[in-house]
Amino acid sequence: MTRRVLAILLLLILAVALYQALARVPFGTDRMAVSRYYLDHGVQDLGGVNIVTSVVVLYRGFDTLGEVTVLFLAATGLGALLHGLALHDEKRRRTKTPPSLIMRTATRILFPLILLLGAYVFVHGHLTPGGGFPGGVVVALAYLLGFLAHDHWRVNHRAVRWIEGLAGMTYVIIGLLGLYLAGSFLANFLPPGTPGRLFSAGIIPLIYITIGFKVGSEMTGLLSEMKEITE
Amino acid sequence: MNQALLYFGGSAALFLIGLYLVLVKTNLIKIVLGLDLMETAVNLFIVASGYIKDRTAPILNRPDLLAHPSQRAVDPVPHALVLTAIVIGVAVMAMALSIVIRIYEKRQTLDISKLRSLRW
Repeated sequence: MTRRVLAILLLLILAVALYQALARVPFGTDRMAVSRYYLDHGVQDLGGVNIVTSVVVLYRGFDTLGEVTVLFLAATGLGALLHGLALHDEKRRRTKTPPSLIMRTATRILFPLILLLGAYVFVHGHLTPGGGFPGGVVVALAYLLGFLAHDHWRVNHRAVRWIEGLAGMTYVIIGLLGLYLAGSFLANFLPPGTPGRLFSAGIIPLIYITIGFKVGSEMTGLLSEMKEITE
Repeated sequence: MNQALLYFGGSAALFLIGLYLVLVKTNLIKIVLGLDLMETAVNLFIVASGYIKDRTAPILNRPDLLAHPSQRAVDPVPHALVLTAIVIGVAVMAMALSIVIRIYEKRQTLDISKLRSLRW
């Protein structure tokens, strides 16, 4: 009880401090500095109409490579932590209700459609909101639905690892091609094309497709590892 | 002013709710959820701080947007930052939950007040 009172007291003090700080932050005003350059020159330089994607993949491409590495490390760390773990809960196993017929049938119909949506999101990353990370997560969610609907569903862990590794290597190889052809790592060595078309924006779609595969396979691996410990 | 209150106040409130969960709850999964709420609050704040009044998303697929992009679109850099932060957040969450699973396997409990082996 005292803990709760102390916590609420601390939160009240923090709320006042946050109010003091946030009241000084101007809202809705133009405070762009480097962003002005991205917005004014991004489309001419790179050909991608989605400036956020251009920033993520090309202007700050090295950062995104690091981000993909963090995700890879998390997947590896999770695998290391959960390796060989089997949670046995006999009571829950006996009382567990199997997935219903509606769930199983709907999953069979929805699964390819969700995969298609995921692929659409990461292939059109330079044109519409989204990109490799959300697209990959949508692909993994299709597998999550499968895991929920079918108890015996498995993914081939070796295939998942291979797809993940190949996608990561393709990303680095595209970066090295930029170093060789255009003079710097992850530089754009393809022509920008017509802005707004599918085949435009240089290497952005290529990189986002590799990221989509990588994130999709990583997330699927994470989900299936978390599923298999309860069996 | 109203919108500023909504977004900044909302993110501050979300942060405080998350911190409350971390401080008060004894269930490890609820603590992890609190961390996630705090992270969402920070993301919301970063995106809101990039907003500029009467402007649209930085996707320049119309000629009127392409003519003067830096007068018509909001700041794209916070969006890119938050994109990174969300992915890192997922990674952190997965690690935290797997540690929670390991603790449950060792001690058969999720209650932090019963995990006393680090107490002095």
